[in-house]
Amino acid sequence: MSSDPIVICEKVSRRFGGLVANDSIDMTVRRGEILGLIGPNGAGKSTLFNLIAGSFPPSSGKIMFDGQDITGLPAAKLCALGIARTYQVPRSFDSMSVIENVTVGAFVRYPRMLQAREKAMAVLDYVGLASKADAAGSELTPPQKRRLEVARALATEPKLLLLDEVLTGLTPAEARAGVELIRKIRETGVTIVMVEHVMEVVMPLVDRAVVLHLGKVLAEGAPTAVVRDEKVIAAYLGDRHRAA
Amino acid sequence: MSDIAVTAPITSFVASRRRQLVIALIVFAAIALIPRAVSDVYTMNVLILTLLFAALSQSWNILGGYCGQVSLGHALYFGIGAYATSILFVKFGIVAWGGMLFGGILSALVALALGYPCFRLKGHYFSIATIVIAEIGLLLVHNWDYGGAALGIQWPFNPDSWWTLQFARNKVPYFYFVLGLFAVTWLVTYAIVESRWGYWWRAVKDDPDAAESLGVTVFNSKMGAAAISAFFTAIGGGFYAAFVSYIDPESVMHFRFSLLMALPAVLGGVGSLWGPAVGALILIPMAELTRSYLGGTGSGLDLVIYGLLVMVVSLTQPEGIMGIFKRSAKKADAKAEA
Ligand SMILES: Nc1ncnc2c1ncn2[C@@H]1O[C@H](COP(=O)(O)OP(=O)(O)OP(=O)(O)O)[C@@H](O)[C@H]1O
Ligand SMILES: [Mg+2]
Repeated sequence: MSSDPIVICEKVSRRFGGLVANDSIDMTVRRGEILGLIGPNGAGKSTLFNLIAGSFPPSSGKIMFDGQDITGLPAAKLCALGIARTYQVPRSFDSMSVIENVTVGAFVRYPRMLQAREKAMAVLDYVGLASKADAAGSELTPPQKRRLEVARALATEPKLLLLDEVLTGLTPAEARAGVELIRKIRETGVTIVMVEHVMEVVMPLVDRAVVLHLGKVLAEGAPTAVVRDEKVIAAYLGDRHRAA
Repeated sequence: MSDIAVTAPITSFVASRRRQLVIALIVFAAIALIPRAVSDVYTMNVLILTLLFAALSQSWNILGGYCGQVSLGHALYFGIGAYATSILFVKFGIVAWGGMLFGGILSALVALALGYPCFRLKGHYFSIATIVIAEIGLLLVHNWDYGGAALGIQWPFNPDSWWTLQFARNKVPYFYFVLGLFAVTWLVTYAIVESRWGYWWRAVKDDPDAAESLGVTVFNSKMGAAAISAFFTAIGGGFYAAFVSYIDPESVMHFRFSLLMALPAVLGGVGSLWGPAVGALILIPMAELTRSYLGGTGSGLDLVIYGLLVMVVSLTQPEGIMGIFKRSAKKADAKAEA
């Protein structure tokens, strides 16, 4: 892993009315790493994902991706540049079949139908959903929907993959399979930022962790160091039992 | 990762696409034989209107069904086509073929200009805006002296000819024209829905934010759907003007037309290839029958009746009539596999 940064957030803030969801966040994601973004409910994790992926612009601050200022660029443009994301609450296209869902993503790189479909099929095979290719998006179980979200994102051939709680709510066996998949994806050279509540699951997986609390960066560093940080423990007390 | 797992679904996809196309061509050919069996003028009239509204609803379905932007103002595009074709023919001697093409392009441009503000509106607000805009259009035409204002435009009578698209006695050529128009709208839909644009539209309909995150420019997708939809709607309007050879504001831009374009697709199944045609096959003859029994459009009772019908269908069968076929085909597949 190099220390060459792929994402740099400089003093990134986002306000919703009077609420400051992200408060002057400085954060760097290194190329090729798996970065864990953790923090209690309402810490601002999903908001930061939305800002990086372009769902809405930051109220202030600057976001660099791959050496380019991407502040305020629309999501579709960012997808073309190589940022893909999943949603905390899976958002499949329910009137479309599983393979059609994934093909939507593949069209970014493969404008022609057959190539896009072939790409989609390969990705479904990769994430272990090939047998569900023709099922309707709405027929999937929640864990399968998570996989579909990942497949759709991968079909866009991202450089950076933002995973918002993809392991939450899975059985231990499913979570282990998910962890394997994430490792496999990283090995292909994709940089991953993952939001997760359950520290036990993410800590062994991530190279580094950033802890958000009340919209601010509370701590950052090696996972082992972060979980022993006093401030982090204090912030998590009370929330931890609920999350685990 | 096995290659078979990846390529087999592709070949079956291509095969099923080809099957759909062959079935469609057979259906078109079968419809083309109908005039050999039907000579009654009234029936022929109803058949022509049925095919016309199948084509119109197919065009509406591109924007309203696939892209999910429910327009209840397509009478505007229908009217633009009808007026463009009538004015070009009556005042400039340009035959309907040119008029329809011009009307189609003009209509697509108007759709883009209106889409620019309207596609920022969500859901019901969009639909309400389309109704309001179409009603404003109707009002403007009512007061448009050059366009004949409330009196409308009468086409001059000419000998029957494909060149002028005028047939006074034998209406069968109109039947073939609308069959062609329906076939073209079907084929265009067929080609686009299994392309990048078609997938974008469906993704935009289901979840615009998720679509945007997958590289879909939601706004452009809607604009594209609107332009194509308006283009074919105006061609239908131009044809209608030639067919009835007299138009006035109410007879081509009444709200009734907006409903008659949306309802067949809703009844038959929005976002499906045959939904609009199946819906038109039920609704249009019914509309014509109630019209001849109840006399004219004045009462609006006919609108109430098929509004109710559509409500019943969408409550009990949200995917329309084609949804029933789809589900039973799936059951048969499951049985065949077991
Ligand atoms: N679109 C929005 N409009 C208004 N407020 C919002 C919006 N999105 C987030 N918020 C608020 O911003 C704060 C941070 O929310 P965010 O979803 O980023 O937290 P999170 O860290 O992802 O929490 P969780 O772990 O519960 O997912 C919350 O108080 C939330 O209510
Ligand atoms: Mg969140």
